Amino acid sequence: MTPAPRVGRLPIGIPAWIYLPATTGALFVVVPLAAILLKIDWANFVPLMTSESSRSALLLSVKTASASTVVCVLLGVPMAVVLARADFPGRSVLRALVLLPLVLPPVVAGIALLYTFGRMGLLGGHLETLGVRIAFSTTAVVLAQSFVSLPFLVVSLEGALRTAGTQYENIAATLGARPTMVLRTVTLPLVTPGLKAGAVLAFARSLGEFGATLTFAGSLQGVTRTLPLDIYLQREADPQAAVALSLLLIMVTILIVVTTASRKLVVPL
Amino acid sequence: MRCTFDLGCAVLGVAALVAGCSGLNSESTSRSTTSVAGSGVIRGSVTVFAAASLRSTFGKLGEQFRAAHIGTDITFDFAGSSDLVTQLTHGAPADVFASADEKNMTKAVDATLLSGDPVKFATNTLTIVTPKGNPKGVASFADLAKSGVSVVVCAPQVPCGSATQKVEQIAGVKLTPVSEESAVTDVLGKITSGQADAGLVYLTDAKGAGDAVSAVSFPESGAAVNTYPIAVLKDSKNAKAAQAFVDLVTGPAGRKVLAEAGFGAP
Repeated sequence: MTPAPRVGRLPIGIPAWIYLPATTGALFVVVPLAAILLKIDWANFVPLMTSESSRSALLLSVKTASASTVVCVLLGVPMAVVLARADFPGRSVLRALVLLPLVLPPVVAGIALLYTFGRMGLLGGHLETLGVRIAFSTTAVVLAQSFVSLPFLVVSLEGALRTAGTQYENIAATLGARPTMVLRTVTLPLVTPGLKAGAVLAFARSLGEFGATLTFAGSLQGVTRTLPLDIYLQREADPQAAVALSLLLIMVTILIVVTTASRKLVVPL
Repeated sequence: MRCTFDLGCAVLGVAALVAGCSGLNSESTSRSTTSVAGSGVIRGSVTVFAAASLRSTFGKLGEQFRAAHIGTDITFDFAGSSDLVTQLTHGAPADVFASADEKNMTKAVDATLLSGDPVKFATNTLTIVTPKGNPKGVASFADLAKSGVSVVVCAPQVPCGSATQKVEQIAGVKLTPVSEESAVTDVLGKITSGQADAGLVYLTDAKGAGDAVSAVSFPESGAAVNTYPIAVLKDSKNAKAAQAFVDLVTGPAGRKVLAEAGFGAP
């Protein structure tokens, strides 16, 4: 995910035995990916990937994941700042609640969203009377993705904020800068790598979102059927197509990781 | 209970082992009971791979099987028929396979997984389901195409979706669904939660949902009848007990339980 961080300035070695479990771990991740490559029907690979349904699923996935990332940044940055800098009772409880989607099974997230934004839900019923229908729309997909991805952005940005400390902010404040100016010119520039890392994580998580989308948004080509949902459906009828689409999803993910990692991305977790 | 190569499988294996042992231990006491069944003593454990829609009926028949053959144990793995065939072709150990359609049973035949010919034991047809009380007043298949009625169906790739397509052709009605789900249970979920106005599911799913939904039958459903075949697998370690379960399902006791759940006779 990230380039190997430069080990401190002192040449401290690591124990030789540690390479064994580390290699096992790497193989555990890499071998299943290689297994997919070996299963690919290369003769039909290009037609499978460029078929109408695959293209619309990929396009929808990229569009919704981008929209979700924007939502996550708009809501997640203020949340991370509050959690890292503000001091108020119940902060740790709030923090735990906000991070809950990290450990929640996605299908549970889907059910929770259903009872909030669904037609019979807490807010959905009122939205319906206002003429806003979320059920079975692309908006529902973005909501599901944002819900599960938001904690990824919050957790990495909050970590970056804590690591950065308040030293520079204090100096700026003593020089007469107002809180908004301090946030804009000191705090956020300091944590830009953390913000980028969080945004990449949120985008990747959105791209892979499946359970909550399936439960909450439905599945219709071009509207709600994202790449993971298409893979799940194709698996029923045409396992070869499912394998090809899986590789497509892996390639998109690798592309994102590589392009962002090349900018000396550091995850401050 | 999905069994892939994971911890669950190991637990299942141990459970089967324990069941097998207890079967041996209780043999002396149960001999008189099992001999009632007639053709020899049936013991050990049986694993049945069955379509997800058979969960409740096969659960009941499993109880009957255990009661009739004391000392035997029967384990079920309920999943989508195509998932089950995939698992079987990859070597998953099972004694009986019951599919929700003939297409997936044909795959098992082609992969020479069966020890004999499959037997048809039930049929299932589609029905319209609506949220409780049918708020949009759907009365016929053609009503599903009305504007303002949001309809959820199965995707054409899965059996309930291909049945839906057949019905559309016969009825001459083109549906514009708001969602094409990959499982019939997902369609039902969208109706019980009130997300959509109407959906197409199997009669047995509608019956299973009870009061949570209202079912609207329609004459065109006869155009797409799904037939359920069952067969003993070639690699069965306990073919006699497996055959006994198939006989139970295809016999009068099986017919009674299946009919109660809404399955038709083959």
